[in-house]
Amino acid sequence: MTDPIAEEKRAMSRLKVSVWRGAEAGEYRSYEVPRQESQTVLDVVTFIQRYLDPTLAYRFACRVGMCGSCGMSVNGIARWTCRTHVTRVVNGDTLEIAPLRNLPVIKDLVTDMSGFFDKWAAAKGQFRSNRSRKDEFALVSPATPERRRADAGIECIGCGVCYSACDVVADNPAYLGPAALNRAWTLVNDVRDGANPERLRAVAGDAGCNACHTHVSCSELCPKQIAPTGSIAGLKRAVSLALLKGLL
Amino acid sequence: MNGAHPPVDGAGAAMDEARACLSRTRMQARLWLAQRLSAAVLALCVLVHLGTIIYAVRQGLSAEEILGRTRGNLTGFGFYLMFVAAVSIHAPIGLRAVFSEWFSWRGKSLDWALLAFALVLAVAGTRAAWGVFR
Amino acid sequence: MRLPSSKQPARWAALVNRVSGVLLSLFLPVHFWAMGQALEGAARLDAFLAWTQQPAVHAAEVGLVVLLAAHFTGGLRLLALEALDWSAIGPWHKDLIAVAAGASLGVGLLFALNVF
Repeated sequence: MTDPIAEEKRAMSRLKVSVWRGAEAGEYRSYEVPRQESQTVLDVVTFIQRYLDPTLAYRFACRVGMCGSCGMSVNGIARWTCRTHVTRVVNGDTLEIAPLRNLPVIKDLVTDMSGFFDKWAAAKGQFRSNRSRKDEFALVSPATPERRRADAGIECIGCGVCYSACDVVADNPAYLGPAALNRAWTLVNDVRDGANPERLRAVAGDAGCNACHTHVSCSELCPKQIAPTGSIAGLKRAVSLALLKGLL
Repeated sequence: MNGAHPPVDGAGAAMDEARACLSRTRMQARLWLAQRLSAAVLALCVLVHLGTIIYAVRQGLSAEEILGRTRGNLTGFGFYLMFVAAVSIHAPIGLRAVFSEWFSWRGKSLDWALLAFALVLAVAGTRAAWGVFR
Repeated sequence: MRLPSSKQPARWAALVNRVSGVLLSLFLPVHFWAMGQALEGAARLDAFLAWTQQPAVHAAEVGLVVLLAAHFTGGLRLLALEALDWSAIGPWHKDLIAVAAGASLGVGLLFALNVF
């Protein structure tokens, strides 16, 4: 004879987790995971891989919100799973976990990020010094407007959450995306950098900053509170000025 | 086409491709700027237009009421011409994003179709402005 | 297409701007044709305007005014977000949506009260 109250308690203390299995083609598979007092989505994925299905592939590294490796789509929203408490996102007792959107899927929850980084390079997201070892050190005051603008965006660690959240990336395969454009903006504002106007040429047009429609998903979801929307707006202004001055 | 432009110094075909790529990017940046500048012009025109509409419908719209205001009104005519020009630039460029993103229609065929639409708007709009002015 | 959720007001604002822009683009040629009727003489224009004096047409006109006001106010918001420094205007990006929505409905109401 089962005790209905105990039975209900047991039922409520389990999560019904739907996880994407496969690659581009695949399916969601269901797992039951015991609920804990304090539990992150990464804990849930780890439990599944360790105790329920060792074939599950997923990425993580630091598990303390520093490296950005554990990005996944949780109930449709791109997040760092190590910094997402289950209680914050659970739908009753269900969770849906999928690989980051807008990236090719290698296996299960693991995506191929090479395209993401290729676009970073295409946006000229690399520093190129405008001085040599023979010159004096650059003196850059943190209080200048340029440095403030650069500082607002330099903490990016390339986790891909913004890229996955972006509708324009989804609709426009050539679009460089928020992370690459944000990085380009920090360099446009770096007085030690000498790569403009080539960089402005690289980030202009249908594949660049002009394609952003200010949906602000990137800025809302960035785990480092960076606002690529603002950086891209800055690029729009810089590109327009360069165009009007005949420098583009 | 992604944001990278091959270096414009090089040999033959690669150089031409790079120049064409850069020239396309410049055109796209120009279209964007034109759409935003025409938006600023339209902001003024729409404000005036909304005010005019709300005022005009109070007594019920009639040809006498409208034409009484617009016939021989050179300032009004100039205003409507500016309005028509701005919207003929603004709307097609806006639609360009809609078609490429939602219907995956990109490239020269789209650009020609939108140019045709721009001309339709410009011609029909100018005709209408003239119609209420003369 | 993933429809905006209640937690994504800026995606809603973008959708409203896009849909209103498309609908206005479809309306514009019709509008130019209608006003161009004046070329055939005042009587032709009057005939058309008389047709518009029906509740159903007035209701559609209210809709068009709301679409125009929404596209206009939403567009002003975008111009502000693109022209101004994000540190100054960014924190207000959601409030601007509320202002735009309120103003659009207000304009629509003002028109409705005057047209019916």
